[in-house]
This record gives sequence, C-alpha cells and structure tokens, in this order.
Amino acid sequence: MSAFEPVIGVEIHVQLSTQTKMFCGCELSFGDPPNTHTCPVCLAHPGVLPVVNEEAVRRALMIGLALGCEIAPRSIFHRKNYFYPDLPKAYQVSQFDIPICGRGEFVALREDGSELRVGITRAHLEEDAAKLTHLGGRRAGAEESVVDFNRGGTPLVEIVTEPDLRSAADAGTFLRQLRQTLLFLGVSDCSMEEGSMRADANVSIRPVGSHEFGTKTELKNMNSFRFLERGIEAEIARQTEILEAGGRVSQETVHYEPETGHITSLRSKEESHDYRYFPEPDLVPVVPDPAWVDELSAGLPELPLALRRRMVGDMGLSAEDALVLTESPELVAYFMEAAALADPKACANWIRGELRAQLREAGTEPWESKVTPAHVAGLVDLLEAGTVSVPAAKEVLAGMIETGDQPAEVVEARGLGAMDASELAAIVADLVAANPDQAQQLRDGKDKVLGFFVGQAMKRTGGRADPQSVQALVREAVADT
Amino acid sequence: MIDENTVRHVARLARLRLGSDEEKVMQQELSGILEHIDAIRAMDLDGVPPTTHVIAVENVLRPDVPRPSLPREEALREADDVVDESFGVPRMD
Repeated sequence: MSAFEPVIGVEIHVQLSTQTKMFCGCELSFGDPPNTHTCPVCLAHPGVLPVVNEEAVRRALMIGLALGCEIAPRSIFHRKNYFYPDLPKAYQVSQFDIPICGRGEFVALREDGSELRVGITRAHLEEDAAKLTHLGGRRAGAEESVVDFNRGGTPLVEIVTEPDLRSAADAGTFLRQLRQTLLFLGVSDCSMEEGSMRADANVSIRPVGSHEFGTKTELKNMNSFRFLERGIEAEIARQTEILEAGGRVSQETVHYEPETGHITSLRSKEESHDYRYFPEPDLVPVVPDPAWVDELSAGLPELPLALRRRMVGDMGLSAEDALVLTESPELVAYFMEAAALADPKACANWIRGELRAQLREAGTEPWESKVTPAHVAGLVDLLEAGTVSVPAAKEVLAGMIETGDQPAEVVEARGLGAMDASELAAIVADLVAANPDQAQQLRDGKDKVLGFFVGQAMKRTGGRADPQSVQALVREAVADT
Repeated sequence: MIDENTVRHVARLARLRLGSDEEKVMQQELSGILEHIDAIRAMDLDGVPPTTHVIAVENVLRPDVPRPSLPREEALREADDVVDESFGVPRMD
C-alpha cells in the first residue's frame, strides 16, 4: 500500500567468551558480586598500560573469516572519547578506520528457500563498558547510580552491515542466522537476554525506485529478535506516517517500548556524536601472521549455510528441515550422526518431528536424552524393513526416551512388532464381516471409509498394525466377499 | 585562526570550563597546532603512510590466562562514594 521501501542496516555487538578481559587479566564473569573482577587497568588507574588479549584477536579473525571479510594486514586501535560513568578512562578503546576485518558478505536462507545476502561493512574489536544501574530512591532521598566494573573491558566484536535489508522479517532472519553462525564458531554465548549479543538497527525509508537514502534513525537496545523485528516495523510505520503527512524524519536515536508498541525518542545529548577518535598510543598495531590466518581459516567448523546447502543439495532435505536442524551445533552433530547410519530424510523427519515433540514435554534436548543418534537410525531402519508401523514406532521412541534401550529391545519388550500377515488378515476379515455397510460403501468406491477400517484395526491391535497393510488387506477382503 | 566558538565547543567536549582569558590562550595555542598540521599538509606526501605510532613494534599480545583481580575493598578504596559494593555516581538518565 505504501509507496516507500525500508532500508535497514544493523550493528551487532558480541561479547567474546574468552577467559579474560580485552586488555587485562581479570576474569570474565556473569552474575558475580559487583566489582570483584577489576584491576588497575580496567579501573583506569593512572599510569597503567593495556595489553591485547591474543584469544580475542583470534576470535575476531574467526568471525571475519566466517563472514568472508577481508582481513586487514595491519590494524590499529583508536580511542573513542566520551564521558560517562561506565567508562572510567573517558574513552573506549575501539577501532576506527583500520578495523581488523573489512568488507564481507553473509548469506542467510529464508524459510521459502531463497537466499538473503547481506553485505558486511566491517567487524572490529573493542572493549565493553561497565554496568551502570540507576538506584532511584532506594536510599532515602538518594538520586544516584552505581557502577559495577566487572563487565568493563570485556572483549567485544562489533559487526556492522551494509544497508542491505528491506524488511523487518529479513532483519530478523539475518540476525538469527548470524547468531547461529557465531554459536557454531564457539566465540560467544550470544545470549540476547544476558546481553552477550546486542543489536541496533539503522532504519530509513525512501520512495520505491529511489536510489538515495532517506534520513535514518537508530533503534537501540533491543533484547530479543522478536522485539527488534517489531521495533523496526513500528519505526517504519512511524516514518511512513511522517513522510506521508509531508513532514521530515529527524536523525535521532529511538527506543521501542515492547509493552506499548510505541517508539520514543531518546533526546540525543548535544554534541554526543563527536567522539574525536585518534590512534591509541598505548597499543601497538596488530599485524596477523598470514600463516596464522590461513590456519584459522582451515580450522573453521562447517557453518550453518554450508551445512544447509549440503542437507538440501546432497541429502534430500527440505529448506525447512535444514533450517530447523542447523539451529545449534549440537543438533547438527546429532542429526549428522544419525544420517550417516540410516536414510537422512527419514532421520530428519523423526528428529525434528516426533523426537523433539516428545522430548519437549520432558523439557530436554535430543543430545541430552537417552536416545542416541544410533537409536534414531535403528528405528528408521526398523520402519523401512516393515518391522514396526509408524504408530508403533512412536511408541518405540517413547520407550527409548524412558529406558535408553535399543529400538529392537523396546519392540520386543512391549510387543510392538508389526503383526505377521496372516494374523492381521484374520483380524481384517473379521472387521469386514462385522461391518457389511462400510464394506459395501467401499465396493461403491467410497475410499474414505478405509479410514474407518484402519482405525478399527489399530484399536484391535493396539497400534501394532501397519496402516498401509491394513488398507491393502481391507481392499482384498472386500473384493473377495 | 580558529574562532572562539570552536574553542568553546572543544572545551565542552573535554569537560573543561575556561575563563575568557583562557579561551583566548587556547585559541592561540590550538591555532598554532593546526597551522603546523597545515604546513605538513602542504608537503608532497604521496606514498608516505600516515604515522600512527612512533615506535616500530607490532603484535604485543597476551595469552588469555586469568590473573588475580584486586580485592574489592582495594578497588573501592579511592571511590568518592561507595553504594552497594559499587562506585556511587551522580544519577544518569
């Protein structure tokens, strides 16, 4: 309906899950008592010198390589100057014009199977600020804030995209799959709730067909992908309304309130964007050895996109199967192990369908359960061989979840094996004889009535009968009489 | 010569409160620095990489191994205000 198209770019901050901080040996922590992981460096005492954490550089390089970024042969740190109590030095050590990772591209897969390509502008290293908490009136008359420096100095990688996204849904797809990729790399916990992954979106709109950008606003501090998508939607609607009324969008930082769905302006402080970057004299350039970069590149795990392409291209899975099964490294490993032993498509169906559904009730994941990938493969083989029916296989699965026994053992113990043909034929003959009306309807070509016979046969056999066999036997029996 | 407003802007960014005499001094000194930069700019610098560091040292990296942090009392010892085992600061919105 609207003649405008959204133009969206995102900035993602990822806390690296290293042992120690970016520039000092203080341990990273989450939820520890305040100010128990600090030292003169991260408290910015006079005269201290920062030293770069090698593991943080390694992880930043891994992220850059996974995003297809150009790796800078030499990169330097800059000081980003501003005053705020969560920043004890009054500058954040960051990177400016020579980031460690330059241009790249990330390819995500939409649910309809189409590819979503998003240009990566850069990925750079920096340090996180401390945690500032507003106390309000907790102390009589007190209007103050408190600072916990445990988080201050945590290594961050900031990933910035090109304004390549055209919808809130695409932004969500990109961010979810970027998160997956980072999880596969094992570089960060990527928890939106705990703040180890944070995303801001730059949103503008322009008349369809225009190549110029409209004025953008920055949507800040979204702590879930869903809120981020909704926030982008709301901001697009707000900007559209302004432009349609002949107004102008002003460049500002905005905030989305999930409770009300409203966008509010965070009056950006005067001059707050003049950071006066200059090269950090206390840190020398990082010049990654090309041999090291090659080694890291060769050592990258198979990433979700490659896995999905392989699952769809070589293993006969649907795009949706592939999206679900690459949700986490654990699930991929689980599926791949099963798929190496039995038909991949059938394994995919059972793992993403019945297994996960049954385990969800128990609140556990496949790789944490008593059902190993080999159990799943065994069950798939039993089904293929016609040893169990589909309904019985679900029972077998339930049994395996409970006991961890092999599928064949569960079949044996619970009497779930498919019935031998003559026994089933006798039951079907019985049913046909007992239900002459339905039998006649079938003779008259009303195939719907087959369902009735299958249901009756299942009841009589406690689910052991194979529905396909029942159907065939019913047709035979009806034709014979 | 940079104007007084630029001096005030830069002072505000640096959280400096300058008297009008000081503003004039800063105006002179900052202008002098910028003139020096202009003199460098006027030179033919094709092929000269910008100097970001004056010592030729690269890759000073530290292994990712924890070292003891300060005891909290020590960390908070010089704080103006201690609230809830934390550094108390003026309210920020």
